[in-house]
Amino acid sequence: MTDTLSEYFTVGDPIADTKAPDVPIEQMWTKHQFDSALVNPNNRRKLDVIIVGTGLAGASAAATMGEAGYNVKSFFYQDSARRAHSIAAQGGINAAKNYNDDGDSTYRLFYDTVKGGDYRSRESNVYRLSEVSANIIDQAVAQGVPFARDYGGLLDNRSFGGVQVARTFYAAGQTGQQLLIGAYQAMERQVAKGTVTEYSRHEMLEVIIVDDVARGIIARDMVTGEIETHLADVVVLASGGYGNVFFLSTNAMGCNVTAAWRAHRKGAYFANPCYTQIHPTCIPVSGDHQSKLTLMSESLRNDGRIWVPKNAEDCEKDPREIPEEDRDYYLERIYPAFGNLVPRDIASRQAKNMCDEGRGVGPKVGDFRRGVYLDFASAIERLGRPAIEAKYGNLFDMYSRITGEDPYQVPMRIYPAVHYTMGGLWVDYDLQTSVKGLYSIGESNFSDHGANRLGASSLMQCLADGYFVLPNTVRDYLAKAPFEKISEDHPAVVAAKNSVTERIDALLSINGERSVDSFHRELGNIMWEYCGMERTDEGLRKAIDLIRSLKDEFWRNVRVLGAADTLNQSLEKAGRVADFFELGELMCIDALHRRESCGGHFRAESVTEDGEALRHDDEFAYVAAWGFGGEDGAPVLHKEDLNYKFIELKQRSYK
Amino acid sequence: MELTLKIWRQAGPTAKGDFATYEVTDVSPDMSFLEMLDVLNERLINEGTEPIAFDSDCREGICGMCGLMISGEAHGPERTTTCQLHMRSFTSGETITIEPWRANAFPVIRDLVVDRTSFDRIIQAGGYVSVNTGAAPEAHSVPVPKEAADRAFDSAKCIGCGACVAACPNASGMLFLGAKVTHLGELPQGQPERDARVVKMLDEHDLQGFGGCTNIGECSNACPKEIPLDVISTLNADLRKAAGRSR
Repeated sequence: MTDTLSEYFTVGDPIADTKAPDVPIEQMWTKHQFDSALVNPNNRRKLDVIIVGTGLAGASAAATMGEAGYNVKSFFYQDSARRAHSIAAQGGINAAKNYNDDGDSTYRLFYDTVKGGDYRSRESNVYRLSEVSANIIDQAVAQGVPFARDYGGLLDNRSFGGVQVARTFYAAGQTGQQLLIGAYQAMERQVAKGTVTEYSRHEMLEVIIVDDVARGIIARDMVTGEIETHLADVVVLASGGYGNVFFLSTNAMGCNVTAAWRAHRKGAYFANPCYTQIHPTCIPVSGDHQSKLTLMSESLRNDGRIWVPKNAEDCEKDPREIPEEDRDYYLERIYPAFGNLVPRDIASRQAKNMCDEGRGVGPKVGDFRRGVYLDFASAIERLGRPAIEAKYGNLFDMYSRITGEDPYQVPMRIYPAVHYTMGGLWVDYDLQTSVKGLYSIGESNFSDHGANRLGASSLMQCLADGYFVLPNTVRDYLAKAPFEKISEDHPAVVAAKNSVTERIDALLSINGERSVDSFHRELGNIMWEYCGMERTDEGLRKAIDLIRSLKDEFWRNVRVLGAADTLNQSLEKAGRVADFFELGELMCIDALHRRESCGGHFRAESVTEDGEALRHDDEFAYVAAWGFGGEDGAPVLHKEDLNYKFIELKQRSYK
Repeated sequence: MELTLKIWRQAGPTAKGDFATYEVTDVSPDMSFLEMLDVLNERLINEGTEPIAFDSDCREGICGMCGLMISGEAHGPERTTTCQLHMRSFTSGETITIEPWRANAFPVIRDLVVDRTSFDRIIQAGGYVSVNTGAAPEAHSVPVPKEAADRAFDSAKCIGCGACVAACPNASGMLFLGAKVTHLGELPQGQPERDARVVKMLDEHDLQGFGGCTNIGECSNACPKEIPLDVISTLNADLRKAAGRSR
């Protein structure tokens, strides 16, 4: 590494994931499951499993581990497990069922996912994901998930970005909700049976690590403020992504990085934090009051055509008055093979390019119009309005409620927004972090999507991890039990609890002048400006400086009113924003060191002649797994080399 | 826009609550109702007053976390969630009363935040299909007529926000319950447990302190997901059949 970067981090030992057996890729998972030790059913109820989060990954894992007979404790910050943010996923879930006989297969889903991730994901994990994808659909249907069906009573499919087959199963625009309700119901069934205990309105604030092994968590009861110790034999984090570091994102307001970040500070590596997915089809920002951005399902790109005026002077006109020949259907023009269904990173970047060229539409925000049209006029003409209503009605209603415009009459306006974070806790093939006994599943780990996530793949990964992968890998670890009993007065437990209390006291005693939200917004602006859709060496260095001084001000000048022993939403936010500062800095350092463009990470210095992202496989074909460098120390970079044995590495092209 | 807000403040579950009045100015019609409260909270923090506690999470109308009585109506004057209600639905100069959901089964935790875990307990009583992971048959082995799948989906749209209970003069949870019974009852997968499900869920509903249904229909009118009232007819029909078969 060149000297100019050495002030930001140090380089540590390389790491390798050696858990996947060295056999042909189609046999890896079967062999690995067989090789994993079993736990006798009578012994399972003696083992305590903590699962943090009840999204698709957490709820499905809790249900499955509960069914198996383990003693599961489930923690979540919402009032009900059914509200986890997976519920907001709209478009669908991929599975290699080949129900349409259009050439799909496990291998093709594997191939599309690796290519879509810009060759920055681990082959063994992605193949397994594709392999179990079909079982997920079976499981969900058996639970009563009401997927869309055709008139013959069989399941219907549609297509998503980056893919040329229709392998996406869906339930109108509410697929995430329906799948989550399925997993939630399966979990509630276990609550009734007594194998799963729910801790609602609880926030995990620390991992308890004894002799380098995770043995429990410290959680705050958000209603009473009580700081609780929960010990266990294994801890699973299913705590979602960290897109809210940008303040404005498609994430729910409560989504946060605290569980993962607290684990990182205790030794779990944080991998590829700079990989943020910017979703191309969101409703544009309307003003300073904005609290979040709302996504419009990517499935809209199946029938909607994206365009901007050819001439900048037409941008203020009513779009219906702009004739066909004066419209630039830029995705269809630049990428004729994939058209409007190019992957998300490409669709987002091109929308930004059009707006940067001065051809954006909608109201000016600052000096720019930040919007492009998503037009259904020709689809309505071709299929009729009732067909469009049946497919996308709820999305159209949502759009018109938020903007006050009728998308059946006027083209929708969309703009990219922060959506999914591909980075997360580093895990091995077993989904175990670099801390023994600490696992991470779903969006909170880094494992399956590489530098960019294909649409309808997040639901697939979360449910694959929760229903099929984790329950089969964690038992190998639990088979080594019984583990030594830990008492609540063990020094490591007491220290973890004290650090939580001290942090809360510190936040409440600053009594400065600025609200938590004002800091969060400012941090978000820095992240969007310098670590958003486009990153440069200069911008990232500037961002790191800005974040450091803002973090410093936060700890001197934040105002958190109220007490610790009551429901205190400002206090909850303050703890999360404090963690976002540290994560934001690491994201910028990761983005700075990765001097290539790939997927959701676009470095302006690394482009092909025609402006597309340019990877440097010779230098950067690795996972960047960052170790915590101590309170004032620099992060430590551990590289895991990515070896492509089954898929040839090549420059991505969707033309 | 300028508005007068009368907001329920209650320091804790056992504290006595009362209305506080706040004048807000500079409200943009493009703000959502919750963003308007965010702006008010920012001001309160700056003034040294504890902000108003209210629940919200996804803010895109699907998680079901938010829920307020707004001038006496669940989620306010439009048929939507509170987060998707925008200030363009109000007129400048208006006085708006904001209260938490009102029902014995939803005790107040603080200010506008209530405890809805009673809904989870109704689901625990039988709102599921008993199938262990890995035990599922091939998805295409059981075709489902499109009409049945569509009706199941329409009932499954329920987000569990509790507006139906808050809107009902009896604080009944029958629309919530009926939606689940109809969702699973429409599908072949839901048949084996159909009789037991309705009986157990209804017993739990009563145990949790929800009131009885007297077919007033306010629940369905207030439902942001437009769950139709006829799910309650389905619930009652299922209950009769279950009673008949158990005899």
